[in-house]
Amino acid sequence: MQDGNPAWMLTRYEDVRSVLADPRFSADRLAPGFPILAPGQREGLSRQPKFMLSMDGKEHNDARRPVISEFSVRRVATMRPRIQQIVDEAIDELLKQPQPADLVKWIGHPVPAMMVAELVGAPLEQQPYFRDLTSRILAKGVTWEERFEISKTLRKFMDELIQSKAENPGDDLLSRQIIQQREEHGEVNFEGLSALAHLLLFAGHDSSAGLISLGVYTFLTNPEQRAAVMAEPKERIPLAIEEMLRFYSITDIGAARVALEDVEIGGVTIRAGEGVIASVYAANHDPEVFENPGELDLLRGDRHHVAFGYGPHQCLAQNLSRLELEIVFETLFRRIPTLRLAVDVDELPFKYDSVVFGLHALPVTW
Amino acid sequence: MRITTHAERCVGSGQCVLTEPAVFSQDDDGVVTLLTDRPEGPAAEGARKAVFVCPTRSLSLMED
Ligand code: SF4
Repeated sequence: MQDGNPAWMLTRYEDVRSVLADPRFSADRLAPGFPILAPGQREGLSRQPKFMLSMDGKEHNDARRPVISEFSVRRVATMRPRIQQIVDEAIDELLKQPQPADLVKWIGHPVPAMMVAELVGAPLEQQPYFRDLTSRILAKGVTWEERFEISKTLRKFMDELIQSKAENPGDDLLSRQIIQQREEHGEVNFEGLSALAHLLLFAGHDSSAGLISLGVYTFLTNPEQRAAVMAEPKERIPLAIEEMLRFYSITDIGAARVALEDVEIGGVTIRAGEGVIASVYAANHDPEVFENPGELDLLRGDRHHVAFGYGPHQCLAQNLSRLELEIVFETLFRRIPTLRLAVDVDELPFKYDSVVFGLHALPVTW
Repeated sequence: MRITTHAERCVGSGQCVLTEPAVFSQDDDGVVTLLTDRPEGPAAEGARKAVFVCPTRSLSLMED
């Protein structure tokens, strides 16, 4: 790992699932022995309020419980019209651009950024500013220092937003949390809300952007499978999304843990204080569980993959993410059926240099 | 077959609802609820899958 310490790497589906669901492994990124994946990770994390992602047991449960109703299957379904509007507006913008245009820039980044802005209830006039900041923080070629500055600006933006919601609650996730906290505890946990707003931003943005661009790339480079999917979009796009989630398994970073006691996994004893990376990618390509795992089959329809993680930390907003992807793919190929790649596949800049897989750019024409 | 839930462990991922909407639902707090605890036919098959995909093992299944 970055600090020179070794960590166990789990690759079998069963082992990955059992570790991620086992309370004897901690998700606390500051705990001794926790695998450090990125330089500066520990320093950065120690300076900000604790994310839900980094909590265990009761603390995690207490932080997650009040928010889960926001992402229930029913609640997410009510967001459909608004997401459709966001996607349509982004496609309008794309269509105004000279060709070739970069799909990551016009769809991949703005759609998830607008979704987060919508969730946290950022006022309309501030949304372009917010969208600009979130795209810049993740863009290629941004230096570490610039990223830190943008991150400070974003933090200030969110903190001011939370403050204004506390004075004047609206109809959005943050306002509902504020009202609920006042009813239950008589006061507002500003630090907790700030961490929540940031989690929504960071967990919801880069990964969604990655899946949107990889998904469009997949459809464009597999015309036969695409035709089969689009013949019955309502039933088959959701299947295609599950397969893309499994096949690309774009993130492993959320699946690191540290053992709190000696635990035997798959015949090996992992000692207390040793770090573990549960490879979501490897689990989703385990031939014992998925037939021909290396083959992309958009109609496969297996949804027991662990692309959103497993255990109590499994992605909170996964169903929103699914709906967002579904609407993007359906609308994009319905409105621009002639969409195609503007460069050769080997010229595409895949994000091999990033903790979340995706594409830095996806030049398209139509 | 009989399904039982351990609602205190549920983290509201909605995997059960997506997998078998005829058996599972979520209440206003996002926590799993059952539409029936004795699914039959295709719903029983779906319920079996849902028990397997639940990330927190909040669902269990007893064969009659
Ligand atoms: S799948 Fe499990 S954790 Fe997710 S909502 Fe259903 S019972 Fe709860």
